[in-house]
Amino acid sequence: MRRYLWASVVLALFVAYPLLFASAFQQRLGALVLLYAIAASAWNIVGGYAGQVSVGHVVFFGCGAYAAMGAYAHFGLSPLVGIPAGIVLSVAIAAIIGVPTLRLSGHYFSMATIAVAELVRLIVTNTNYLGAAVGLSGPTVPRNVLDLSFISALPYYYLFLAVLSITLGITWWMANSRMGFYLRAIKDSERAARSLGAPASRTKLYAFMLSAGLTSVAGALYAMMFGFVDPESGLGILISVKILIMAALGGAGLLFGPLVGAAILVPLEEISNNMLGGKGAGLTFVVYGAIIVLIARFQPGGILTLIKRLWAKHSKASDPGVAAGATHAP
Amino acid sequence: MSTILVQVIVGGLLLGAIYALFSSGLTLVWGMMNIVNFAHGDFVMLGMYVAFVVYTLLGAGPLLGAPLAVLVLATLGGVVYFGLIREIMKGPMLAQILGTFGLALLLRYSVFWWFGANFLTLPENIVGGTFDIFGLRIQASRLLAGVVALLVTLGLHLLLTRTSLGSKMLAVAEDSTAAQLMGIRPDTMQAIAWAIAAGATGLAGALIATFFYIVPTVGETLGIVAFVTVSLGGFGSVPGALVAGLLIGVIESLSAYLIGAVYKDIVVYSLFLSFLWFRPQGLMGKT
Repeated sequence: MRRYLWASVVLALFVAYPLLFASAFQQRLGALVLLYAIAASAWNIVGGYAGQVSVGHVVFFGCGAYAAMGAYAHFGLSPLVGIPAGIVLSVAIAAIIGVPTLRLSGHYFSMATIAVAELVRLIVTNTNYLGAAVGLSGPTVPRNVLDLSFISALPYYYLFLAVLSITLGITWWMANSRMGFYLRAIKDSERAARSLGAPASRTKLYAFMLSAGLTSVAGALYAMMFGFVDPESGLGILISVKILIMAALGGAGLLFGPLVGAAILVPLEEISNNMLGGKGAGLTFVVYGAIIVLIARFQPGGILTLIKRLWAKHSKASDPGVAAGATHAP
Repeated sequence: MSTILVQVIVGGLLLGAIYALFSSGLTLVWGMMNIVNFAHGDFVMLGMYVAFVVYTLLGAGPLLGAPLAVLVLATLGGVVYFGLIREIMKGPMLAQILGTFGLALLLRYSVFWWFGANFLTLPENIVGGTFDIFGLRIQASRLLAGVVALLVTLGLHLLLTRTSLGSKMLAVAEDSTAAQLMGIRPDTMQAIAWAIAAGATGLAGALIATFFYIVPTVGETLGIVAFVTVSLGGFGSVPGALVAGLLIGVIESLSAYLIGAVYKDIVVYSLFLSFLWFRPQGLMGKT
């Protein structure tokens, strides 16, 4: 019961944020946090829950972004129409990468995702239909509300909040379904899970495809908000990096881990970019790299796992019965 | 066959020898410890920058740059092993991949921050001019780099198969507990493997820098080339890496010549993915 109370309070805070912090910068920042939280939560399904580290997730992000902008640029349709196409394309690419690699050790999967992301970026950069190096633009002047082209960040904020809630809902549902139990068993010991009859490769593949589809939605939303996509913003490896680091920093494999990671890193990056300008871009990624190394070295479970452990220790002192169930060792 | 085609193939072989050199470092570490170094390409990039710094500060060519790059990178390899790899090897898969991937970013963007994103090059005649051999025109820098890389890769293979150090390392790769019972310290052997692997990338970087563009993000491309080479040659196999490296060099040169320079990476990456589908153990690997 208390859990639902907390959830409602948090949700209410998210709904109220853009009204309490009403400057254009703050609203835009809030929208960006939610947008990256969507992408990182989608990554979390395969990277956290299934334990398969995709380092090329930007390819799905790009599929969504290009499909949304392509629908407008080539067919004069609302970018919304491109979303299903982006999802279908992403799921298909996920299957192409996943079928051969998810049978092998996790390293193959990570390498294959990097290679596919680079391959797609190179192909798109050399394809005139997709705007080559310049990219594709969305509607400059919205024809109607379905073009989802707004000057203020406020409508995007609530749109992203809704999509994030759906993404987290799907993740929660998955984690508590038969698939979630399979994934946990596979992550603990794939050999043991297989011997007990859990379809390991197939379950990982489904998680990957689900993750890919949701990531492409994040890409489409990104392109709608910024009104364009080019190979750098839609398919650059640094987008993959951001998605991955947010999930890992917050806590991979935890429902709210990616949201926590995004809430920390997006403001950090925006502020450092504002303060340092173009020169800051390099420094931001130096810091990102250092954060990733430190997480891997000292706290692979991310911040939320650390907090949970400290919290369990704290409540253990007062109430040992409750703490036993709440602890989740990394 | 026209002369120009032969020239393209020879150029590909010389470049491929360098691919073989730095890929054999990756395959050594992978085969021995079952860990993939996602920063491998960025180690090569560091080797290139060491050569560049040696040239700008001292005006010296690869004769001084290469040994210095080997020294710097081998030290880095040892430091990375003791500071990071030894710990993350005990952790989950997520930590292993994140650890070296984060290291890659850290190295790439530290260099980016310090040197900027500009393309740097060493002077074209740093090694000497251009030779005419049987009507083929070959740059001296490429010839030197290719031949040295080939010899060192072969030397690495001999080190692993013909010396007691090599036998100890292979013993650790086979079964580190059993090796420990025989009085071999797995920790020391793995640190040496990391130093050798990183030293090889340093040499490769210093050699390739004599004719290649130097840019912080070059490690990303070279890292994927190393993955492709290793997966093609079979994990843990230095001869496999040598054959695969030469092959990839030739395929790259031929596709750049026949289809167009922008498509050479597309061809190589596609080749990698089709290999994952049809022959994941590589050309010479065991099933």
